[in-house]
Amino acid sequence: MAGKGRGVAAFTFNIEALGIGRGSMPEARVGPSPLFPNTDFKPVPLRAGEDEDYMLALKQELRGTMQRLPHNIKIQSNKADVEKYTEKYLKQRQMEDDEWTPDWNLFPKELMPQKKKPRPKAGMKTKTKKTRKDTEDMLSKLDELAKKDDGNPEKSDDETEKKTGKNENEEEEIEEEEYDDEDIEEENDYIESYFDNGEDFAADSDDNMDGEATY
Amino acid sequence: MTAQEVRLCGLLLREHFGEVVEKVGTHLLRSGTQNLRTIIHETGVSLDLVKKSLCVLMQHGACVFSSGRKGPGSPTEYQVTCDRILRILRYPRYIYTAKTLYGDTGELIIEELLQRGHMTMSSTVKTVADRLTQNMEEGHSMDYNEVSAAFSKLVETHFLQRCPPMAVAQTTDKTTPGTPAAPGTPAEAVSTTTPTPESFPDCYKVPDVTLIGRGKRQLSGEDGEDQRNAKKAKLDSEVRTHGDEGIYWQVTFERFHLHFRDQAIINAVASRLDQTSSEIVRTMLRMSEVLTSPTATCTKPLSANEIFRALPTSYNIPRPILDQYLTLLVDDPMEFVGKAGESGGGMYVVNLHKALSNLARATLESVVQERFGSRSARIFRLLLRKRHLEQKQVEDFAMIPAKEAKDMLYTLLSQNLVQLQEIPKTPDYAPSRTFYLYTVNQLPTARMLLQNCYKTVANLIERRLFETKESKRLLEKSQRIEAILASLQASGAEPEQLKEVEEMITAPEKQQLDALRLHVNKLDSAENQVDETIFLLECYIDSTATTTR
Repeated sequence: MAGKGRGVAAFTFNIEALGIGRGSMPEARVGPSPLFPNTDFKPVPLRAGEDEDYMLALKQELRGTMQRLPHNIKIQSNKADVEKYTEKYLKQRQMEDDEWTPDWNLFPKELMPQKKKPRPKAGMKTKTKKTRKDTEDMLSKLDELAKKDDGNPEKSDDETEKKTGKNENEEEEIEEEEYDDEDIEEENDYIESYFDNGEDFAADSDDNMDGEATY
Repeated sequence: MTAQEVRLCGLLLREHFGEVVEKVGTHLLRSGTQNLRTIIHETGVSLDLVKKSLCVLMQHGACVFSSGRKGPGSPTEYQVTCDRILRILRYPRYIYTAKTLYGDTGELIIEELLQRGHMTMSSTVKTVADRLTQNMEEGHSMDYNEVSAAFSKLVETHFLQRCPPMAVAQTTDKTTPGTPAAPGTPAEAVSTTTPTPESFPDCYKVPDVTLIGRGKRQLSGEDGEDQRNAKKAKLDSEVRTHGDEGIYWQVTFERFHLHFRDQAIINAVASRLDQTSSEIVRTMLRMSEVLTSPTATCTKPLSANEIFRALPTSYNIPRPILDQYLTLLVDDPMEFVGKAGESGGGMYVVNLHKALSNLARATLESVVQERFGSRSARIFRLLLRKRHLEQKQVEDFAMIPAKEAKDMLYTLLSQNLVQLQEIPKTPDYAPSRTFYLYTVNQLPTARMLLQNCYKTVANLIERRLFETKESKRLLEKSQRIEAILASLQASGAEPEQLKEVEEMITAPEKQQLDALRLHVNKLDSAENQVDETIFLLECYIDSTATTTR
């Protein structure tokens, strides 16, 4: 079976019977068809009319408005660029819309940007306790930490993961620094209790804290 | 979803919500359901931006979340729905339809809701009234009551519906004072089923009690005042609560689609027969609107008597003429109207599924005709009608010289518009003892065409972005000059001063700008019109899927 039909005229039947005659076949195609083939038929013109024009206007207006709404998230990357004088005015016009706060009843809680204020306080209390202990006995502290690590090994894994995410976070805008993740708190707990010598950091944010530890 | 759909979704997301949302959205489209941590990890987008993007997607109904899929206590997972994002393409049409049905107020209500995803009734009414007031002459203002009446009408006709309450939010929703939702709603009933809007019994219930009271208060502060006062009144009222907090409204796309479908059928009848017959079909569709389920293959049977009584008197169609028209419609090969029985002067139905199928077929035929010429279209139609034909038969029936017919047939075959089926007489598939039958499968072909349409729209958007990017500098310049002009005009500058500023754009630049505007307009309008084809094909595919199930 294998070798059969390889040859040029290996058909065991009359090809004419299929309606494929000499000269009646279209030319064989060599290679792939071109990327931009010639179109034999030109497209029909678009429909024009009042409703089409109105829908066009609606579409363009909608696009413009949606780009100005707070739902359109922009990357604040071109900060380093020189800000043009006129851009200030354009921006003012664009930012006329107030910030958008979704109804958190409808969304999962984990998406809620954490407000910074209540958290550092809670963190502070535990921190001061720990640091007091720290001055009393360093060894017991280390034991505690070791215990902590043993108790939940997954957590430490998470921490490293979060740390990478954290570094990216730092590059961001000031306005985004307002929010923090609760997970990051754990990380800071660890670092602070380890490196902190008991000074009061009440005024500092967690991010600054972190920065001090790393740099 | 296919690669084309994902590409188009990405472009639409980028245009409307920015590049970050595009990244998160397309990632979720490609990888299905995922939790927050995985999204952050795999997209490399920072936590805050991912959170924001997910919120945006959810606000616009493009994303759903569920928790505990992998057992209790597992993290919340997010899923982006492709269909919902593709609807963005149709937004202008929804808005325009609302305008034709409910005037400017309806238009603005739908527009606001589409722009913001979902809103409470009170805030929608406020924004719309403010916008309308701004467009009115000095000394006039829009009554809040009027807007809320239009809103209620839209809800009554199911063009708007409540957002399905979240399973988690359900309990908090119930305890909120002032929520006028029916107290009899069992919270468990909703949370156990998938939260489709229809499963929520209050889906089309307007919380009117509170709004009327508020509307009156608004009226006294606003009546006969200019728009600045309207603004002030708005500020005042923001401090108060309106009693409909937590009840969000969204646009019912399905309802709009039903309307589009009906319009498509009516228009098809009008162009096939005449205006009068289309009015008869319109009446039939309107009568059965409430009775027929959205997925039914044909409407509930209506007797000729009923149709006659329901016809608006302005049409002036006497009974015998109506009967003739109905017979004509039934005999038409497009089969828009069918006869279901003889009682009551004849029972008639509108064959919704058949109509869609015929419209889709006409679309396919015209695509073949426009791309491959009328003679290829003849072969295509021939195959559609005769189902299976041998090559020789095609040549004979189409009455096209054998060589050309072969060329056309093979071109169609290579474009996948025509399929080839082998039927061997003996099991060895020997070519001499095999029938080669050409055929057209309408449904797969429609599916393929739909994908082509998605690709077309994506290409159109891509091209438009390219065009605007090319002349970005010029556009910015003209924008700046317009801003300067506006500010000068506001400060009451001299006319020659204005002229001087205007001349900052040189003649060739102006020419370039005009050309660009023309191109962009053309591309935009093409997007709108391709979407009509997309709608028809989607409708046909959906209705076929539901009938065969």
